[in-house]
Amino acid sequence: MAKITIDNLRHSYMSLATRDEDFALKRVHLDWADGGAYALLGPSGCGKTTLLNLISGLLHPSEGRILFDDRDVSNDTPEKRNIAQVFQFPVIYDTMTVYDNLAFPLRNRGVDEAEIKKRVTDIAEMLELTSTLDKRAAGLTADGKQKISLGRGLVRSDVNVIMFDEPLTVIDPHLKWQLRSKLKELQHRIKRTMIYVTHDQTEALTFADQVVVMNNGEVVQTGTPIELFEKPKHTFVGHFIGSPGMNVLPCEVKGGKAFVEGHAVAADNVKSVSGGKLELGVRPEFVSFAKSGLPVDVVKVSDVGRYRVVDTRLGQLSVKLIVKEGDDIPSGKTHVAFDKSHTQIYSDNWLAGSAR
Amino acid sequence: MALELKNVSKRVGGETHIHDTNLAFEDGSFNIFLGATRSGKTTLMQLMAGIQKPSAGSIWHRGKDVTRVAVQQRNVSMVYQQFINYPMLSVFENIASPLRVIGMAEAEIRTRVGKAAEILRLSPMLNRKPSELSGGQQQRTAIARAIVKDSDLIFLDEPLANLDYKLREELREELPKLFSGRQAVVFYATTEPHEALLFGNKTLTLHEGKITQFGATAEIYRKPNSLTSAKVFSDPPINVAKVTKSGKKLRLAGSALTWPVSRKAAVLPDGDYSIGLHPHHVSPEKSAEADGTISGRVLVTEISGSESVVHFNVGGQTWVSQSHGVHPYKIGETATFHADIDHALFFDMAGKLVS
Repeated sequence: MAKITIDNLRHSYMSLATRDEDFALKRVHLDWADGGAYALLGPSGCGKTTLLNLISGLLHPSEGRILFDDRDVSNDTPEKRNIAQVFQFPVIYDTMTVYDNLAFPLRNRGVDEAEIKKRVTDIAEMLELTSTLDKRAAGLTADGKQKISLGRGLVRSDVNVIMFDEPLTVIDPHLKWQLRSKLKELQHRIKRTMIYVTHDQTEALTFADQVVVMNNGEVVQTGTPIELFEKPKHTFVGHFIGSPGMNVLPCEVKGGKAFVEGHAVAADNVKSVSGGKLELGVRPEFVSFAKSGLPVDVVKVSDVGRYRVVDTRLGQLSVKLIVKEGDDIPSGKTHVAFDKSHTQIYSDNWLAGSAR
Repeated sequence: MALELKNVSKRVGGETHIHDTNLAFEDGSFNIFLGATRSGKTTLMQLMAGIQKPSAGSIWHRGKDVTRVAVQQRNVSMVYQQFINYPMLSVFENIASPLRVIGMAEAEIRTRVGKAAEILRLSPMLNRKPSELSGGQQQRTAIARAIVKDSDLIFLDEPLANLDYKLREELREELPKLFSGRQAVVFYATTEPHEALLFGNKTLTLHEGKITQFGATAEIYRKPNSLTSAKVFSDPPINVAKVTKSGKKLRLAGSALTWPVSRKAAVLPDGDYSIGLHPHHVSPEKSAEADGTISGRVLVTEISGSESVVHFNVGGQTWVSQSHGVHPYKIGETATFHADIDHALFFDMAGKLVS
């Protein structure tokens, strides 16, 4: 296992890249601790797969270095980097037994059979595959096959890092819960450095200790799930994380006060605002119905079981809030209030007053 | 009724894909088919569209038996999980294709394609080829093609499954708007309970080729008629416990725990039941009048920022608690949770809902 340093990494798929927009990955620095669980989260085309391929050695960076335990591996082949990778679709040998599939990466490296037996048995038990070890992989369901792929990624103890590229995308929701919690449990047990790439915020937030949010080839924020939820540094993070995402409302700041559609709103960082395009961000979880406050019209209620998402109009703006199962929802004209400690001003999309 | 299935079943080889089914759908309705992969959602859609023929039974459209009518002769549209477009045609011609087939006048085609493209925010891309579009735009093109003509039946088979999470969220908001005010019957297949709830309307739950329930979406979620429907409609999976009711007490099978009986369930005769508890009704804090405590060894805690999902083990069975806020339990520690018995679903030993 290794500590991973991404040092000033830049990558372009063009041969003569000059302008910033020529780069699929625009200057990224990251430090990942040995044994940590990390996620790369972002929409299609954000650069997360490019970054993954640079780390695994499938791509060579235009600029910058990749270090494993302070050793520069930027010019090493993928084999030499000693990485395990799990992909979106199960990669297994249908004609082999589950046991032989799990043993395959070890046999390839000439590990002796007694050691192989021990490791395969251990991993199979953790993944609840013990009863299928003698069966041929062809007969398994999609999630069973993906479990084998996970197992093959986890079975070697000598890898520097295990990388998962959207590993649960093809799995049904109820099995996703099982596999995801299994993976998280394993991460804690075996303490390997793991990098999990996904566009699905739930998967990223529940798996990783640190989530790297990417957009347009840039890292917009790195933080714990709680930091990303409570203090998004960029409106993109506010929008991308959370379901529904953060309310982002155009605002003005006059005399140390914020105004939305002409109404005064208390915000946590209003004193740090210096200029630029100003917006106020507040998550639906931190908006509530109130006797007085901002006048809104309730336009739509979506019942999602444990809570309801209420869509309201504040003047021309849409403001969403989340209401717990069983709580009352007024109809028509009413008022909402924002929780001040979770209401922030953004200047040109970045959290006002925070260091970038 | 717009569409009726009378004793329809489908067998392939020796295997039953769809068991004996009777269903009726109204014009202008939005119907969600919810079930796991291979539960029969796609087969049911293909039977209704005329792509597959039923092994038994008949299918009626507005009072006419259409069982033997080929799909080409029926006025239907379909959108699949994989983005399917004509690669050589422009986005405009892709959307226009069903109108060209029926020989619509050029001016009318322009108007209709323009409108569909506007709704699906494809107007700037009409001259491009599908390969020059993002996945979301390609799927929006396929959806535009499905809505451009006045189809009687529109089938959407997991249309958002291959799209990015956030894009799915946006299209989920837009889709119902596209169909409101239309006469068509819309069918939407999904594996995700959350998606069904967001769409609301009506849901049909499927399990192993059987329709287990059909009705108002929120109603089925809160009052599933059976343990099977409850399991199909719970994400994270619903917690199920075997209990013996005697008087005002519930005894959990295989443990010394006793729980109080909720007021609603008090009228049930004494005996054995299965109870179902949605994960958000098992929380770190006491919330209900009828409160059942349960302790277990924490397997893993997933914290999403606003919610904590804790998986814990009780006598070899995994329980899931989903609660608001941050509850950072450590793996391996023993923790106590509170089951909200007021919200527990009681099923008899045959799995039928009794309270």
